[in-house]
Amino acid sequence: MDYPTLEHLWRILTLQDHNTRIVLAGATTFGVAAGLVGAFLLLRKRSLLGDTLGHATLPGVAIGFLVAHTLGLDPRSFLPLALGATLSAVVGIAAMALIRRFSRIKEDASLAIVLSVFFGFGIALLSAIQQLPGGQASGLEHLIYGNAATMTSADTFFVCASSLGITVICIAFFKEFSLLCFDEDFARSSGWPATLLDLLLMALVVCATVTGIQTVGILLVVALLVIPPASARFWCDGMGSMAAVSALCGALSCLLGVFLSALFPKWPTGALIVLSAGAIFITGLVFGTARGLLMRTLRARLAEKKLRREHLLRAVFECGESGTDTVPLRDLLAKRPWSRSEVSSEIARLADRGLLTSSLSGSSVQLTASGLSEARRLVRNHRLWELYLIHHAEIAPAHVDRDADRIEHVLDSRLVEELEDILEQRPHHRLVPGDPEKSPL
Amino acid sequence: MTGIPLSIDSLNVSYLRKLVLWDVSVAIQPGRTTAIVGPNGAGKSTLLKAALGLIPSSSGQVSFFGGPLSNCRPRVAYVPQRESVDWDFPVNARDVVAMGLYRRIGWCLPVRSIHRRMADEALADVGMADFALRQINQLSGGQQQRVFLARALAQKADLYLMDEPFASVDAATEQAILAVLQRIKSAGRTVVCVHHDLETVTEYFDDAILLNMRLVAQGPVAEIMTPENLRKTYGARLSLLDEVATNLGGDSPRKL
Repeated sequence: MDYPTLEHLWRILTLQDHNTRIVLAGATTFGVAAGLVGAFLLLRKRSLLGDTLGHATLPGVAIGFLVAHTLGLDPRSFLPLALGATLSAVVGIAAMALIRRFSRIKEDASLAIVLSVFFGFGIALLSAIQQLPGGQASGLEHLIYGNAATMTSADTFFVCASSLGITVICIAFFKEFSLLCFDEDFARSSGWPATLLDLLLMALVVCATVTGIQTVGILLVVALLVIPPASARFWCDGMGSMAAVSALCGALSCLLGVFLSALFPKWPTGALIVLSAGAIFITGLVFGTARGLLMRTLRARLAEKKLRREHLLRAVFECGESGTDTVPLRDLLAKRPWSRSEVSSEIARLADRGLLTSSLSGSSVQLTASGLSEARRLVRNHRLWELYLIHHAEIAPAHVDRDADRIEHVLDSRLVEELEDILEQRPHHRLVPGDPEKSPL
Repeated sequence: MTGIPLSIDSLNVSYLRKLVLWDVSVAIQPGRTTAIVGPNGAGKSTLLKAALGLIPSSSGQVSFFGGPLSNCRPRVAYVPQRESVDWDFPVNARDVVAMGLYRRIGWCLPVRSIHRRMADEALADVGMADFALRQINQLSGGQQQRVFLARALAQKADLYLMDEPFASVDAATEQAILAVLQRIKSAGRTVVCVHHDLETVTEYFDDAILLNMRLVAQGPVAEIMTPENLRKTYGARLSLLDEVATNLGGDSPRKL
């Protein structure tokens, strides 16, 4: 493999190459459009539809080529191929609708049937075309795997115009599409023409698929409809931000892919674009601020820390019970299966927060006023919850402590009040320490 | 508010060539709360959906306020079953409630601050004012149900059709929904709820429709919740029925 020289890299990054500029413009605008439509497709749980439509375009592409060839048009221009592809995708959708209407075959199977039959038909037509005199059919394989590098200015114009149209419609109908994706029944009941909106969304998916054929190819066009929105979900919790980030991820994937393929001309652009999208997806999966793995681990770690702190506070309180006593370290150690170093470091942390004071030798601890109030709250939650479980959930008393242990950390004040009401008349009530805010010790 | 809010005449609905609703005729009285009661698979939810045109009916007439639904869409609000949507959707509580305002906002126009305020008011009506910006997947089941209710309230309709609003909700939500039903009623508007809990029907609702694929009875709860009717609806095998029937009329002890 030839590694690019620095000069080559510089030429590409500064867009000195006319061809790179064209391809970049076309691919990136397509990335935006695909990311937007894909966001709705993903939330409507129809991602596989994109794959089926991609495959279903192949016979149309071949027929478009044949018609252009017969009419003596330039068979390499993308327009007749795109028209054929659109028609054939629409026929594909109709076929799926018919299969589901007249048989009891489920959606996934009907998708697979249409995908494979149409693609098989397309391959058969392609091999017929290859036997035509003139050998002009060589460009057609590019459409299966995608080769943006062969885009002409006219192609780029077509891709940009179509992508722009898709983007504008997606933004205009953003509210309507979101509602359709979230709750179709409600949309219908409040008078939105849900079927019409659904058809419009499908039409946009068809347009996006056809537009993307030249950039990423029939086989891989689904990648740009699915991967960018899936990546965006790791970063966003809102519909608007998710759609925007999805468009951004789509554009970025195309940008990276085109640059890479300009650097390594022997590698197909479509594959590099999809690989870039995959890399962006993995980045989101790990680092995403909303649902990324790192963020989730971090949150779990914080919860764990809070849990340890609260366990220690409760242990100190319970060893003294009145709360004001000095508690020897060995009593605390006996309270739970924790090691001496764990307890010592936790004591140091609590001391930093001013919740307890440790004796000079470190062999005993005592709660401060604020530590005492916090500990009373915790013990109170714990015992209220224990009592509730014993009296109302019919759990054997011996099993209760462990369950109560988990819940006490998440009881909010409203729930505590509810528990108080429920348990008001119970004889055990006196075991529950009073509300620290209402009756300071 | 003229005319009967919802009247259904000889409605037949079938699913996969099996009849689900058979010649059902009901008339909902204005300014009252009505429960649709019946065993699982009796077609309670189907009745609401078919009336709203969400599923096709094979024959029968449905009219809202004396005319077709298309004439009075804004006067009718629907609360679907909570399980019918994916709560992992990337929106917050306020976004969902604002969906009830989309028709008023109109095609292609964005949700503006006045609509957000209206959504927040509807959330406050169900005791969820503090949760406006909470992701919907971070809400408890009861809170999600209240968000759905708030979305319908934001529509400011005259007739509310609710599918199992009391299904597996916490005590606080149950109280909040009951308060909302009372408010709707005292404003002279009408509520129809699919309801699964026989014990609470008489306590929560004015009228009931007993349904088991066919209409068994309809009318004020005190008159139609008889052991005889319940047996016809649920079949004779439920021993629970006798207990419920004897409890009717009095205040049955509330469950926790």
